[in-house]
Amino acid sequence: MLRRLLLILGLLLGASAPAAAPSSVVILSTTTSTQDSGLLDVLVPVFEKRTGLSVKTIAVGTGQALALAARGEADVTLAHAPALEKKYVADGKMLNRRLVMYNDFVVLGPGADPAGLRGEKKAAEALRRIAAAGARFVSRGDRSGTHTRELALWKAAGLTPAPPWYIESGQGMGATLGIADDRRAYTLADRATYLAFTRRIALEVLVEGDSRLLNLYSVMEVNPANGPRVNAAGGRRFAEFMLAPGTQAVIGTFGVDTYGQALFVPIAGRTDEEFE
Amino acid sequence: MDLLVEGVREAARLLLAGDREVWSILLLSLQVSGSATLISLALGIPAGAALALARFPGRGLVVSAVNSGMGLPPVVVGLFVTMLLWRSGPLGGWEVLYTPAAIVIAQAVIASPIVVGITLAAVQGVPREFRLQLLALGASRAQMVWMVLREARLPMLAAVMAGFGGIISEIGASMMVGGNIKGQTRTLTTAMVLETGKGNFEVAIALSLLLLALVFLVNWALTSIQQRHAR
Repeated sequence: MLRRLLLILGLLLGASAPAAAPSSVVILSTTTSTQDSGLLDVLVPVFEKRTGLSVKTIAVGTGQALALAARGEADVTLAHAPALEKKYVADGKMLNRRLVMYNDFVVLGPGADPAGLRGEKKAAEALRRIAAAGARFVSRGDRSGTHTRELALWKAAGLTPAPPWYIESGQGMGATLGIADDRRAYTLADRATYLAFTRRIALEVLVEGDSRLLNLYSVMEVNPANGPRVNAAGGRRFAEFMLAPGTQAVIGTFGVDTYGQALFVPIAGRTDEEFE
Repeated sequence: MDLLVEGVREAARLLLAGDREVWSILLLSLQVSGSATLISLALGIPAGAALALARFPGRGLVVSAVNSGMGLPPVVVGLFVTMLLWRSGPLGGWEVLYTPAAIVIAQAVIASPIVVGITLAAVQGVPREFRLQLLALGASRAQMVWMVLREARLPMLAAVMAGFGGIISEIGASMMVGGNIKGQTRTLTTAMVLETGKGNFEVAIALSLLLLALVFLVNWALTSIQQRHAR
């Protein structure tokens, strides 16, 4: 009886939805840093060759990447804003959030260091000093993962930053670094983008190593209930690919030949608690 | 200044070395904006001619709308076309978002009012007496419209140039509906934004020089046709 039911169901599905044949396109919504660093240019072709699927990478801020996924406009998301991600998972929009890799954020500033950050170990304390000195600080202001982290740091510092010394660029990390450099201002950046810009800007790393500056990247599958035509199977395959030992090994060495150091540390299988 | 020199050198190197990626980006930009221009001509010339020759209530309003449309912000078009093509949108079943076809659609929407507007002005520039004379000589209405369009063909080449020039250098819509996907929807302008974001200013400058050269070549070809006939 059950078998017959399944057969009928299968026939119905097959007849009513010929387009439901497994799609060969996977839409990955992700943050700009994974694309700007060049990591995806290395990983995506490997995945495409291995699976025969074609990946469309939409690199936007983490906020937008998750918003698109929540509407079912993507199949899998690679993001770096754990607090925001957990909210989407709790709402049932995203499934199976798993850590992929990390690097870190750094507080950058001009060599003259008007707020006296050099030697400071705590990121929140550093921001408090910037505010106290009224020194210029350039914020992404774009709901990206970096912006989300910056806001969390201001909150930890117990401050609400405000103009005139607080400047919102509304642009990506690269453009924001350019503005901060030009205005001799402080800013928060992910290390991968900062390294890509060291030739161009005079800003120096003033605060690093605080656990609050850890930058965790996770992969999440999109709940097929979010919208029509979500390629759940394709999304799952990409998520699994990011966590596979071979891929993790590539992530662990990516950037060594260009920057003399790896840009990301692979951490598949580990949990958020280990990094708190 | 060094950066500019470096950019020129990089442009020469990328082109001469036959960098596959740069050539395919160049080709895609040309194909996408070329097709969009052709579509906008196919839609815009009849619409512009009809608007120029017909008299109907509310015509002034339509002409004003067309003229405003000539300044349609690409990013607005991008936003609306994206929402239409979303999987959850009305045309989601087409599954063309983040493909070159999506960029062609958006760019055709941007270029069409430009073509309509310039065709309208060009056809209206043909003296009324010419039309009356044609009809008096026994031309059918279709023949009359054809002759008027022939007469207006030189100013209408400006429509091709303005339309093509507007969309090949457009970024907002291409980025939104195309997604700047490597090897699929990366055009000259979206690649430029990406390379600037990566801090590869030499490559960005090289791409911008290529774009300028491409726009110049196309306009040069069209202008030479226009001026040859104008003599």
